[in-house]
Amino acid sequence: MAFNCHQRDDDIDEEDETPSKLPRCKKEMPGYFDEEPQNEAAAGRATPERLASNSTARHRKDSVKKTRPPFPWFGMDIGGTLVKLVYFEPKDITAEEEQEEVENLKSIRRFLTSNTAYGTTGIRDVHLELQDLTLCGRTGNLHFIRFPTHDLPAFLQMGRNKHFSSLHTTLCATGGGAFKFESDFRTMADLELHKLDELDCLVRGVLYIDSVMSSGPLECYYFEDPTDPDHCAQKPYTLENPYPMLLVNIGSGVSILAVYSENNYKRVTGTSLGGGTFLGLCCLLTGCSTFEEALEMASQGESTRVDKLVRDIYGGDYERFGLPGWAVASSFGNMMSKEKRESVSKEDLARATLVTITNNIGSITRMCALNENIERVVFVGNFLRVNTLSMKLLAYAMDYWSKGQLKALFLRHEGYFGAVGALLELLHPS
Amino acid sequence: MKFQTSAVESEDKFERIGGSSIGGGTFWGLGALLTKTKRFDELLQLASKGQHSSVDMLVKDIYGGSYGYLGLTGDLIASSFGKSATADKEFSKEDMAKSLLHMISNDIGQLACLYAKLHNLSRVYFGGFFIRGHPVTMHTITYSINFFTKGEVQALFLRHEGYLGAIGAFLKGAEEDNPNQYSWGENYAGSSGLMSVSPDMNPMQRARSGTFDMLEMDRLERQLVNLPLLQDPSSYIPDTVDLIEDAQAREYWLYCFEEALDGVVKRAVASQPDIPEAAERAEKFRQKYRHKLQTLRHQPFAYGSLTVRSLLDTREHCLNEFNFPDPYSKIKERENDVALKYYQKAVKSLEELSWEDRQFALVRGVLAGNVFDWGAKAVSEVLESNPEFGFEEAKRRLEERPWLIDSFDQWLERLKGPPHRCALFFVDNSGVDIILGVMPFVRELLSRGTEVVLASNSGPALNDVTNSELQILTERIAAMDPVIE
Repeated sequence: MAFNCHQRDDDIDEEDETPSKLPRCKKEMPGYFDEEPQNEAAAGRATPERLASNSTARHRKDSVKKTRPPFPWFGMDIGGTLVKLVYFEPKDITAEEEQEEVENLKSIRRFLTSNTAYGTTGIRDVHLELQDLTLCGRTGNLHFIRFPTHDLPAFLQMGRNKHFSSLHTTLCATGGGAFKFESDFRTMADLELHKLDELDCLVRGVLYIDSVMSSGPLECYYFEDPTDPDHCAQKPYTLENPYPMLLVNIGSGVSILAVYSENNYKRVTGTSLGGGTFLGLCCLLTGCSTFEEALEMASQGESTRVDKLVRDIYGGDYERFGLPGWAVASSFGNMMSKEKRESVSKEDLARATLVTITNNIGSITRMCALNENIERVVFVGNFLRVNTLSMKLLAYAMDYWSKGQLKALFLRHEGYFGAVGALLELLHPS
Repeated sequence: MKFQTSAVESEDKFERIGGSSIGGGTFWGLGALLTKTKRFDELLQLASKGQHSSVDMLVKDIYGGSYGYLGLTGDLIASSFGKSATADKEFSKEDMAKSLLHMISNDIGQLACLYAKLHNLSRVYFGGFFIRGHPVTMHTITYSINFFTKGEVQALFLRHEGYLGAIGAFLKGAEEDNPNQYSWGENYAGSSGLMSVSPDMNPMQRARSGTFDMLEMDRLERQLVNLPLLQDPSSYIPDTVDLIEDAQAREYWLYCFEEALDGVVKRAVASQPDIPEAAERAEKFRQKYRHKLQTLRHQPFAYGSLTVRSLLDTREHCLNEFNFPDPYSKIKERENDVALKYYQKAVKSLEELSWEDRQFALVRGVLAGNVFDWGAKAVSEVLESNPEFGFEEAKRRLEERPWLIDSFDQWLERLKGPPHRCALFFVDNSGVDIILGVMPFVRELLSRGTEVVLASNSGPALNDVTNSELQILTERIAAMDPVIE
């Protein structure tokens, strides 16, 4: 069912009438990890209560229309490398509303929706646009925009030029940058950020997007026959009973979450070998400067010339422990030799970097899935954007090393879930 | 060069539970590509000087501080090499090498933890040639393990990490010989110990030809087993001083052994009077042993635990290497002959004492006899300068009671009771000690009907009496004394 305000009303009613449905306390939720906040913990805490208490629920039911925030509706996720922005464009504006509409709000809407590129680095992913979506009683399109965090100052300048602050909207932002650049938002664009936790937003965003029914392809998909490169095909998947699931967010770095229910998740671990590592190493090794360039090179290269395989050491399979000859024994292992270093191409190096990082994420994910007893793994994050190579590798690795026990799933909106979660917080504050 | 994990249940039961392709080869390969260094050790050296924060994206680079909600401090690495995706900056070799080392060590540590968690294991031993005693690597891996398991899993390292496979292969091959019949010990003379990470710290090492590490192991004649009487063999430590921990003691003993070198060399030459090139060999021995002592001064842990015992063993190994298996043999012979002459007289005078006085005299005799130990610096000086110094003198100079550890009264009381069934005597030195100190004491026990077992060294060490010598001595004494017979 569409997760809109009307639905929410009903939910809230039920809460009022059946107190036995009040949420359990944190400690009773499975997987709750009791630890001090100061610990350098790899596992996080379960989220605080999401559902409203009785009194606020009643209040909300009465005044849901009054508390609907004013336009524009944005959700922002400021990550280590990219800023992700979701913008809701209302399509049900009445003539009356249009007349009352403030000029700069109109210009913002026009600017965002009539362009697919902004400045030199901003991009609107049109293919990800969700049309005819109902949010908080309004119908419209949800747009997905991204630009490098490096260009945030330009974005702030633009906000200032368009007098964004005079619109008095709350800007819900998540990601590390929401904390890091908070003061910049204030001084450069006179904007107050409502800061949110990135993992809370991520989980919320994923669950929402998948539940939305709109015209277009299903959000979730997997690869059939990942172990057969000739017949490997992308197939849709219904994430109906999604719990428990392992959510792997591959951004600059990687976070691995175990999600047990809508309000109950924990960060299992993370790794610093992520998308940022792939891009960083690639740039150093090949001289490329963008993610797209790096991927292009990788698609042309042959990693087996760079890596040392089992067959390079054994002359074949390492039968005793079931290691096939084509398995990588040592990533970049051939690069110890000067001649080999001189004989490989930049494309080979790019490919090897991609394969190494991807396989490592796969290994860690697989171990986490085993430790947490979860069979379903969902991979998100912008490392996988236009990166079919990595997706297939992950699908392959999960399938092969788990002997078919683990299933790798992917979501179309990849890296935007944090921003979506932030938008949802604006519309339905918890 | 790859990373493998095995869960080991017992000597014969183990399982390969997984692995990773990111290991030493990755470090070397990527390192060579990024920094153009060719040698592994060079790469490690660069890493020890680098600052990884210029290359890595830390949590504080993303959050402007720590990620408080999850308790991730600002200095944690969020994305390795996360800052190097920019065309307008050059990164130093040292910084890149450091970042690479962190990346790989952290990754290995994390995977090891995940496997440990899955199999409920609390100890992880790291073998293989990636680490080679490099402090930064060990520190990073340990930190990583502590971080990911909150201190529940312990990271342990092995001195001979890289040799494990080869040693195993060798032992497997030697299986027809029945390996359970003997034990192995490290030969300090032939082993190079932990290679120093920075050659400048140990310029001596560079003088060696080639950059090979060496491990020499001696096969001992019989299997080493713990004394069955030990209450808890696994926690028993025979050494009273730990020269790794105790810097003062270490300095004292290293100095002691250095000072004593002259005497040892002299004795070594004297023990082989008919062989002309003994002097040459003795000099080589002196160089080698002094070098070892100097290495230990800079790197006390180079050969693992450092104790007075291991310093003595090292000296024995070095002497053996230059064909001086028993430099004290002549001295021992001489002292034995002298002592044997006095044996009967000593026994007779003891017989004339009252029972109680005799017991006291016997104990004083054992104590005084044990003074005659060439290992003790003060004693060897006296013995060198005054060859007439004898048993009587030693007894006279014995401390008054109460002795440092004084249980004579309890001993006397016990002796008034029934005879002991059996006594186990760990003997020490040749000459006065064994013949005039120990033997009369043993004689007394025998006359009471107690069975006496004498335990001695299997091989020579200073002027300690060896097993074979003991056999001969007892026979000679038995010839003179019906009680001993």
